[in-house]
Amino acid sequence: MVDFLFNHPIGILILTVVKTLALLVPLLIGVAYMTYAERKIMAAMQMRKGPNVVGPFGLLQPFADAIKMLMKETIVPTGASRVLFLFAPMLTFMLAMIAWAVIPVNDGWAIADINVGILYLFAISSLGVYGVIIAGWASNSKYAFLGAMRSAAQMVSYEVSMGFVIVTVLLCVGSLNLTEIVRAQQTVWFAIPLFPMFVIFFISTLAETNRAPFDLPEGESELVAGFFVEYSSMSFALFFLGEYANMILMSSLTVILFLGGWLPPIDIAPFNWIPGPIWFIAKICLCLFTFVWVRATFPRYRYDQLMRLGWKVFLPFSLVWLVLTAAVLKLTGWLPA
Amino acid sequence: MIAALAFYVFAAILIASAVMVVTSRNPVYSVLFLILAFFNAAGLFLLAGAEFLAMILVIVYVGAVAVLFLFVVMMLDIDFTQLREGFQRYAPIGAIIGAILLIELLMVVTTWRFAPEAMTLRLNPMPAGVTNAEALGRILYTDYIYLFQACGLILLVAMIGAIVLTLRERPGTRRQNVGEQIARSGSVALRSVPQGAGLKVIGIERPPSPEEAKPKEVEYHGHGGHH
Repeated sequence: MVDFLFNHPIGILILTVVKTLALLVPLLIGVAYMTYAERKIMAAMQMRKGPNVVGPFGLLQPFADAIKMLMKETIVPTGASRVLFLFAPMLTFMLAMIAWAVIPVNDGWAIADINVGILYLFAISSLGVYGVIIAGWASNSKYAFLGAMRSAAQMVSYEVSMGFVIVTVLLCVGSLNLTEIVRAQQTVWFAIPLFPMFVIFFISTLAETNRAPFDLPEGESELVAGFFVEYSSMSFALFFLGEYANMILMSSLTVILFLGGWLPPIDIAPFNWIPGPIWFIAKICLCLFTFVWVRATFPRYRYDQLMRLGWKVFLPFSLVWLVLTAAVLKLTGWLPA
Repeated sequence: MIAALAFYVFAAILIASAVMVVTSRNPVYSVLFLILAFFNAAGLFLLAGAEFLAMILVIVYVGAVAVLFLFVVMMLDIDFTQLREGFQRYAPIGAIIGAILLIELLMVVTTWRFAPEAMTLRLNPMPAGVTNAEALGRILYTDYIYLFQACGLILLVAMIGAIVLTLRERPGTRRQNVGEQIARSGSVALRSVPQGAGLKVIGIERPPSPEEAKPKEVEYHGHGGHH
C-alpha cells in the first residue's frame, strides 16, 4: 500500500490530490473565517459589535454570506466581453490557490518542494494583476477600467522593491528553496537583522494585495467598487475569496522569509513542544491581524503619494540595503556557500 | 511518455496562440494570447529542466513586460477600419518580405549542423549536483562577466533615454515636498486634548458661528420637493 502510494504513478497522483485537499479545505475555511475575523476586529476597534446574529457570536455569518452569494443571479453587462468577464474572477481565485503548492507548513510538509520555490511564489503573485486588469477591461465600464489601470501601475511598482527585499533574504540563505530559507533562520529570524526590509516587505504586501491603505483600485469613495463594480453573485465572491486567500498567502510568505516559518521563537522546552504547523498558523494570524489593524487605522493614500512611496522611497532604500547586506556578508565571511 | 505528451501539448498551444497573436482582430486579445504563449514557453523550459529560466520568463515577461503592453494597448483608441485600409496596397510587399524570411529560415534549418562537442554537451548541459540557478550564475558571473556588464550598460542607456524623452517640466505645478511638510512647525500643530474636555477648557476659542442663513423666500413651491 505504502509502496503503491509512493512509487506507482497513479498512487502518486492520488497522494497529491489528498495532500492538495488537506491543504485547500482548511485554507478555504480559513478564508471564510478571515472575513468574519476582519469584521469582528474592525468592529471592536470602532466600538461596534460586528456580526452577532447568525449563530453564536455570529460564527455562522461567513456561511450565510456564501449561501446568499450562491443564490444571487450572475449578471453580465451587455457591453462586456463575456468570456474574459467570467474568466477574470476565476483567474484571480486560481492564482491565489495554486501558489500554495510550494508553501512548507512544516519541515518537509510542502506539496511540491521545488528548488525555485521563492521564484515560483514571486511569479504567481506578479500574475495577480491580470485578474484585475482583465476584469476592468472586460467590464466595459469607466469605473472598472480606472480601477484596473490604477491597480496595474500600483502592483508593478511595488513588485520591484519586493523583489529587492527577496534578493536580500536570498543572499543570507544561499538557496531559492523555501524549506532552506526557513532552516537558515534556526539561529535568528531574519526579521531581526533585516528589520527595515521586513517593514518594507510588509508594506509592499499591503500594496500587492490591494489592501488599505493602498486599496485605490477599489477606492469606493471615487470609483464605487473599482475593478469589480460590475460583478455580482459567485463571480464577485471569487474575487473576494481570491483577495483574502492572497492576504493569507502574502502573510505566509512574510512568515517564511522573516518570521522563521514553523520554527518556535526560542528552541527551549515549552516552546518546542508545540508542533511546527501551529507556530506557522499562529504567525500567519499575527500578520493577518496587522493587515486588519492597518485597515482600521490608516486613511487611504493619495495616488501620487502611493507612487512616490514605491519608487522614491522603497526602491532606493531596498537597493542600498541590498548592497549593504552583500558587503557585510562578504566582509564578515558569513556568505553562505 | 508523460513528458513527451506534455511537450506536444505545450508546443501545440504555444504555436496556436502565437498564430492567434498575429491574426486576432482585437489587440487586447492579441496581448492575452501572447501571455498564453509565454506560459507555454515556460512550460517547455520546465520540461527541458531549466526551471530557473521558466520562472524568470514568467516573472519578467508575463509579470512585468506584458502588463505594460496590456496597459498601453487598452489605453489606445484604435480605429480598426483605418488599420485595414491599406491592406491590399501593402500585401505584395509584405508577401515578398515574408517569402525572403521563409527562404532564409529554410536555408538555416537545412544546413544546420551541430558541432561534435555540442552534441555531447546537449545531452548533459549541467554539471551534476548543482541547481539550475547556481549553474547559470557560475557561468554568467565568471566567463561572461564583461558581456553581462555590457548588457547592464545597454539597459541603463535605454532607461535614461526613455526618461529624457518623457520628462518635461510643466510650469505652474506645485509639487509636494513631504520632508518640508513634516519639518514645518508653528502654523500646524498637533494637540493632545484630554478626553471629555471641550475646546474652551483648553483655551481654544472657536470663531463665532455665522448667523443662521435665512431660508430663501420662494414664491412657488412646485411639486413639494423632498421631505
